[in-house]
Amino acid sequence: MNPNDVILRSVTKVAIVIILTFSIYLFFGGHHNPGGGFIGGLSVAAGLVLLYLAFDIETVRKNIPVDFKKVAGLGVLLAVLTGMTSIFAGKPFLNQTFGYFNLPVFGKTELATAVLFDVGVALAVIGTAVTIILSISEDG
Amino acid sequence: MNNLVIWPIIIPLIAGLILILFRKNILFQRLLSILAIIGIGVVSVSLMSQIKGNGIQTLQAGGWAPPYGISIVADMFSAILLLSSSIVALFCLIYSFRSIGEKREKHYFYPFYLFLITGVNGSFLTGDIFNLFVCFEVMLISSYVLISLGGTKLQLRESIKYILINVLSSSLFLVAIAYLYAMLGTLNFAHLSLRVAEAGQDGLLTTVSLLFLIVFGMKAALFLFFWLPGAYSAPPTAIAAVFAALLTKVGIYALFRTFTLVFYHKPEVTHFIIGILGALTMLLGAIGAIAYWDIKKILTYNVIVGVGFIIAGLASQTPNGIMGSLYYLIHDILIKALIFLLGGAIIVITGTSKLKEISGLIRNHPYLGWMFFIAALSLAGIPPLSGFLGKVFITRGTFEAGYYWLGGIGLLTSLMVLFSIMKIFMNVFWGETALSKEMEKGTTKGLMFPIGCLTALTITLGLGAEGIHEYVQIAADGLVNPSLYIEAVMAGAK
Repeated sequence: MNPNDVILRSVTKVAIVIILTFSIYLFFGGHHNPGGGFIGGLSVAAGLVLLYLAFDIETVRKNIPVDFKKVAGLGVLLAVLTGMTSIFAGKPFLNQTFGYFNLPVFGKTELATAVLFDVGVALAVIGTAVTIILSISEDG
Repeated sequence: MNNLVIWPIIIPLIAGLILILFRKNILFQRLLSILAIIGIGVVSVSLMSQIKGNGIQTLQAGGWAPPYGISIVADMFSAILLLSSSIVALFCLIYSFRSIGEKREKHYFYPFYLFLITGVNGSFLTGDIFNLFVCFEVMLISSYVLISLGGTKLQLRESIKYILINVLSSSLFLVAIAYLYAMLGTLNFAHLSLRVAEAGQDGLLTTVSLLFLIVFGMKAALFLFFWLPGAYSAPPTAIAAVFAALLTKVGIYALFRTFTLVFYHKPEVTHFIIGILGALTMLLGAIGAIAYWDIKKILTYNVIVGVGFIIAGLASQTPNGIMGSLYYLIHDILIKALIFLLGGAIIVITGTSKLKEISGLIRNHPYLGWMFFIAALSLAGIPPLSGFLGKVFITRGTFEAGYYWLGGIGLLTSLMVLFSIMKIFMNVFWGETALSKEMEKGTTKGLMFPIGCLTALTITLGLGAEGIHEYVQIAADGLVNPSLYIEAVMAGAK
């Protein structure tokens, strides 16, 4: 059976941009507004699941050639390593620091090491969620 | 502040995460996991010497002052448990190299083994009750995977029961923490202890403490052990040995922490109930151990007896009883892993766990036989071996506290344990040799080394009890005087 899902695919192509943009917005808004690594990662995963629904798994895998199990592992590793850098600086584990920088486009911006920890969380969430979806969708 | 305290948690965590990235390279997996566990052992030895010299070591994660941030606390009690659990984890790991099989190794066996150790170490070190919950979950989720890894029918059936029970008890744990937080407004162990002392332990707090008793009792197989015999006989030997040695001990550790540090004001209610549960656990476990003719069943019921015995020392609430519990806890971690590994080796040779189908192994396997004999005597608490001192101190403690019935049941169950384990020895090793060398189902090559090391350890621990006495004394003092713990943690607040 080969259903004609041209509408679904066209809408997906537009919607995926909006979903991924929104998830990045959620991710970076986490410090001052509701959002953060967990929900940001989950909405990226939701976007990926939409892609899997609209196209088939093989097509998406060809275009996003990532092993999501490793993404999850790398995410947690990044989070732990961010916590560990403070050990080498002589501070307690999981200590964080921040500073203000003048960036070309954004102007004066606050950058905190907590964001790196959040990147780790987001990667772990994306990796786990997509791995679950992919493993249960494969027929044994 | 001492960052060394966090290393026992992050070493296995990082090693496990790296191993996820190198799934196919089994040699690297084995090497890194051994290195990680040796690393934990080294760290815990140096922690022990620091604690002996400078008192309890603490770390405020993130640099936040005590009641607000998460405290990581290493007192002598945790450090001793860290060391003994890493020793056992090392030998079970070596045992698993030969016995676990390539298919399991390629499906993330080593990462999950290390995550299990992460959870266990985290539970031993945390100074915050909600963080204890999180570490429990890290440990339990890894154990769910390890128990079902391989996907045989028996494993799947038992893992469903195991997960259901643990999800239930975890949610009860969460509810209990919510009650506690609503009443006292804090989650830090030291601060909780202060608040309970200020408010006085009234009926409501005692009720919540009993809820914690139910939760930890379920994890530690204290009276609520109905899930344990099935769950521990399903996974492969190396995993079952680690479970028997470590998982129930974490529940026991949590019971000791909460009932010596936080809820110690109404011993006539809480500790009396703990004593009754301990006595029932010992009796029912011992009855189970002598009832069965199956190696795995007998060994799992022996785990339950051990839990009841350690808890009897807590119930007595005397310095001698607590010290006996500590000695017995160290011994129990070693010996439970040892008898599970021995039982596993017997099953590898004969291909069955039914006692009536096995006999006369001593002719072809003299070393295995005599090591089993030593382990059996040690388990029952025969003097030169490691189980003796703990039993003496616990019995003395219960008598001092006036719980003669509890001490008496402890001694009675020791006899029953000796009977149950000697039943295995006599049936398996004595008698006509039914199995010639050629008919054996498997080889013990590579399995004898960890078994031999653990046997040597239980002998040294018995003969060299004097050597560790100093450390056990410090740990027992810390448990009897909660103020030492509170001062060490709260020192960061000033």
